[in-house]
Amino acid sequence: MAELVHRITAHLLISVTGVAFAAAVGIIIGILLTYAEKLASLVMGAIEVLQTIPSLAMLSILLIFFGLGNTTAIMAIFFYSLLPIVRNTYTGIQSVEPFLIEAGRGMGMNTLQVLLKVQIPNAVPVIVSGLRISLITAYGIVTIAVLVGGGGLGRYVYRGTQTQDMGMLLTGAIPISLMAFLTDLLLNKLEGLLNRRVRTANTPEN
Amino acid sequence: MVIFKNVTKTFGRHAVISDMNLEISRGQLAVLIGPSGCGKTTTLKLINRLQDLTSGNIFVDGKDISETNPVELRRSIGYVIQQIGLFPNMTIEQNIEVVPRLLKYPKEKCHERTRELLDMVGMEPSKYLGRYPFELSGGQQQRIGVLRALATSPPLMLMDEPFGALDPITRDSLQDEIKKLQKSLGITIVFVTHDMDEAIKLADVIILMKDGKIVQKAPPEELLANPANGFVREFTGKKRIKANYDLDLVHEIMNPSVVVVTKEKGFAGSLDLMRKRNVDSLVVIDDAGHLEGVITVEALLGAAKRKRIGTIGEVELLKVPTIDQYAQARDAFSIIIEKKLPFLLVVDNNNRLKGIVTKTSVVKALASIVWKDENNE
Ligand SMILES: Nc1ncnc2c1ncn2[C@@H]1O[C@H](COP(=O)(O)OP(=O)(O)O)[C@@H](O)[C@H]1O
Ligand SMILES: [Mg+2]
Repeated sequence: MAELVHRITAHLLISVTGVAFAAAVGIIIGILLTYAEKLASLVMGAIEVLQTIPSLAMLSILLIFFGLGNTTAIMAIFFYSLLPIVRNTYTGIQSVEPFLIEAGRGMGMNTLQVLLKVQIPNAVPVIVSGLRISLITAYGIVTIAVLVGGGGLGRYVYRGTQTQDMGMLLTGAIPISLMAFLTDLLLNKLEGLLNRRVRTANTPEN
Repeated sequence: MVIFKNVTKTFGRHAVISDMNLEISRGQLAVLIGPSGCGKTTTLKLINRLQDLTSGNIFVDGKDISETNPVELRRSIGYVIQQIGLFPNMTIEQNIEVVPRLLKYPKEKCHERTRELLDMVGMEPSKYLGRYPFELSGGQQQRIGVLRALATSPPLMLMDEPFGALDPITRDSLQDEIKKLQKSLGITIVFVTHDMDEAIKLADVIILMKDGKIVQKAPPEELLANPANGFVREFTGKKRIKANYDLDLVHEIMNPSVVVVTKEKGFAGSLDLMRKRNVDSLVVIDDAGHLEGVITVEALLGAAKRKRIGTIGEVELLKVPTIDQYAQARDAFSIIIEKKLPFLLVVDNNNRLKGIVTKTSVVKALASIVWKDENNE
């Protein structure tokens, strides 16, 4: 039981670390791209290529650089998460109503103030959606990363399939599914709450 | 306060504002009006440098704006955009305090001012400060939009169709509020609208535009009396034709005899009066004829169950919507219909009761249009 708790924690921690890392880089790239629209499709195309690499191949390549262990798993998550985060940050900021930006500018905000006070806060629901997708993908990657010496629940799944031990396999698979389910549920709820605010504010009825 | 000297603005090869000369004096409410696309919004944006002019000069408060820092200029001019544009991520308090905080006013001062502003438009601060824009009705959002622009008491305000998408009663009361604020604070307002009624109601001076040019600039009465050309006549036309109807203003179609009482009226006497006059509510006025509220038969009997009622002053009065006696009759009708009201009370500008508009008045008014003069003497 202690081992299970330990592995669940490790699974979560590795996933969150990878996504957090990607968020730190991806959100900045996403924001910068809104000031360089011509570059945006180019950069996102390049990041998209990363996504098409099968996870086992990605892990093997990263293994060469980072060796056996969790670092390789974290790096794989980082690369896979980059696209949803960059893309959602970019489109989130792009889809902020132009009149809100104009209201900000018209009241005397400079470019940075418009970004920090208007654009980013109103893009948050879309950015959260990117984080949600990334995190759920990450749980899967960590599971496979057991093959490159990663920790987490993948060990149960791997051992279970090796020894054809259904109980062992489910000990890993059930918590992973639950984590994915709960993450989806909670972050979706958060998005909904944030969206309600953002969507309905500017459509005065009657 | 605002001077345009040979101002031209082109987008590509298309001149949106061509060679405009204009002077708006301090303390005036100037209304820019004209067909859609004639350049009203662009004119406003030139003043706060959201758009840069192509040639010419604009002076605000004597200073050529091309020599000012645009960000500082905008902080010094109130701006209300057409879409209201409250920031959905900020509370009402944060929205109102955007410009004061940009100017680094002390927090305490800001909060105090915000409360004062909300009080001014009759919105309970403790109730609204922490709300988000989506929790407000359209009319309340518009109010906050105006307050936000007023927060630092700027001497100049630019308002772009601020009351566009509102029901007549809310629009009417906001127009009254803005006019009052403008007079009491002595600010200059450049107000864009495409609604001639609104222009006539608000304007000290109307500036009628067409294709990026000023066609006529005159006080409302003069514009109506002496239109400069066919375009002005046509643009103000709807208004003029309507003026020929006998059934135009509320006071002409209302019923002037309302069943009224004062607060001193006794309980039994009130019930008696209702029965005799066959009404289910009484309008309560004070000795000078000011409207105090309405009391319904249910409320009266309900209160009597709880305690002994001596006079009806002891019962809580119902606040009901009212309309000005000189408002448009059709506005009164649409309020009654939209809000499903049994009646609408008519008051003068001192809140003195003048009459009542009921569904029957609506039908009578319509009938007299259909059957022309039969109802007119
Ligand atoms: N940023 C812009 N780029 C190009 N054309 C514009 C821009 N803004 C406004 N216009 C054009 O300028 C004209 C006047 O627009 P506007 O000032 O918004 O008119 P109004 O507010 O009177 O309806 C319109 O023909 C519009 O299409
Ligand atoms: Mg416009």
